[in-house]
Amino acid sequence: MIIDKIKKMNPEDIQFSSKNEVAGDMLVGKWVKCDACKEILYKEEVHKNLSVCPNCGKHFRISSRRRIKQIIDEGTFEEIGKGLKTTNPLNFEGYEKKLESLQEKTKIEEAVTTGIGEIEGEKVVLAVMDGNFMMGSMGSVVGEKITLAIETSIKLRLPLIIFCVSGGARMQEGIISLMQMAKTSAALAKHNKEGLLYISVLTDPTTGGVTASFAMLGDIILAEPNALIGFAGPRVIEQTIKQQLPDGFQRSEFLLEHGFIDRIVERKNMKTELANILKLHRRCD
Amino acid sequence: MFTAWDKVLLARDSKRPRTLDYIENIFDEFIELHGDRLFGDDKSIVGGIARIENYVVTVIGQQKGKTTKENMERNFGMTNPEGYRKALRLMKQAEKFGRPIITFIDTPGAYPGIGAEERGQGEAIAKNLLEMSTLKVPIICIVIGEGSSGGALALGVGDKIIMLENSVYSILSPEGFASILYKDATKNREAAENMKITAKDLKELEIIDEIIKEPTGGSQNDIAGITSNVKKSIIKNLNKLTKINKDILLEERYEKFRKIGKIER
Ligand SMILES: [Zn+2]
Repeated sequence: MIIDKIKKMNPEDIQFSSKNEVAGDMLVGKWVKCDACKEILYKEEVHKNLSVCPNCGKHFRISSRRRIKQIIDEGTFEEIGKGLKTTNPLNFEGYEKKLESLQEKTKIEEAVTTGIGEIEGEKVVLAVMDGNFMMGSMGSVVGEKITLAIETSIKLRLPLIIFCVSGGARMQEGIISLMQMAKTSAALAKHNKEGLLYISVLTDPTTGGVTASFAMLGDIILAEPNALIGFAGPRVIEQTIKQQLPDGFQRSEFLLEHGFIDRIVERKNMKTELANILKLHRRCD
Repeated sequence: MFTAWDKVLLARDSKRPRTLDYIENIFDEFIELHGDRLFGDDKSIVGGIARIENYVVTVIGQQKGKTTKENMERNFGMTNPEGYRKALRLMKQAEKFGRPIITFIDTPGAYPGIGAEERGQGEAIAKNLLEMSTLKVPIICIVIGEGSSGGALALGVGDKIIMLENSVYSILSPEGFASILYKDATKNREAAENMKITAKDLKELEIIDEIIKEPTGGSQNDIAGITSNVKKSIIKNLNKLTKINKDILLEERYEKFRKIGKIER
């Protein structure tokens, strides 16, 4: 339900990012229309502006590759947890083929990329989800890579940062996907007991099983402006209560107002803000 | 032989015994405790302190109604954040007093509503998953009807995960699965079959530890019979789990979930 909704929600958005990211910056056209302010924008200018609309400030969805480039000091990122493949536990027809073609198209292995890198010289374990890969849904590989990242952070006693974007659980893997919520949360319980820092960054959209597990468990939870963040998808809620949802419902600003996130941070300030928080948590021992 | 879809219907049957039936028939004493101390008292979850043989335990379960009126009161077993927070409060209380925890899972899912989102449905479920993984008392989780989505898992992290023979446990309803992945909500039977939601399937996948046999035709036919079977299982598991050193118990609980979807390179 949630996944379906995202597909329909912002077609231009996804197109915007998929055309640019997926084809490895081979711009199909030089111009793009912002789906928020309807302004026609020069793509290169949008990218120079960190994929934020220069006119209205709309934060477009971006690939994990672009995100890592924006956040991590150049040349310091070392990927971990590579080469994991799903066992296709439900023997879901066409699932493995679909994954292969997505890997080909996106040049990433799965909906999350994990690694170790530096932010203004501060070493961190980083996990970055990618909405271009099956809507950032969490199956066994995503759950396993997130868990490995948490365990690596414990082993190396490094802070952990997870950039979330997800339509929820990976339906094609059924109950195995559901259990990844418990697995990642249990790993974070261990991380927590070790007194280590975990910063969760919520980006558009963060929903379903990811929201109901590691996304909401940060010591500090940041969000990009106007990101959709929630457990149930808006369409499911509308169908259940048979009422229209209020403006701004389940957006970052709504969550801030209700006390569920710490700060809203614009993309242009994200790296500095993360670095500042990391420096404030530098251990003296 | 019941098909997977037959079991979905049995699990949802309005005559099927619910949490309060199990509490009434299994425990010698039960004192219900209310509220999350933050917002309210969610009636889709019942919890309290109970006695079973020589054990004092904390019991928490999702309660569906048997009539429309009861269902309205219990919100059809769909839990709001305050319900998960009540459950967590009672589990923390159990830990403080060294009481083992028994949970009964029976829900179509967490409630998708405006208030639920305003009060942090995602945060409430996530917090339960995190906390349950490290509670220093034995936890036995029993799926008695339908266990659907994160709304079920939020009571489902424990040392023994048990399902009744005709109960189902899934990421979402077969109807939902069919409409999303087959683009056809009428393919619910096919979805139920393929999703691996029955006790037998989940035992083979090593998601659950034990299956409790139901009376012929299903639990609704013999409440005394099924509650007696569940009672035997609880006592047997309490006898085992309470003898295990706490550190080992927690390490084994971690491993239990850690290995699900573990992939060898
Ligand atoms: Zn704009």
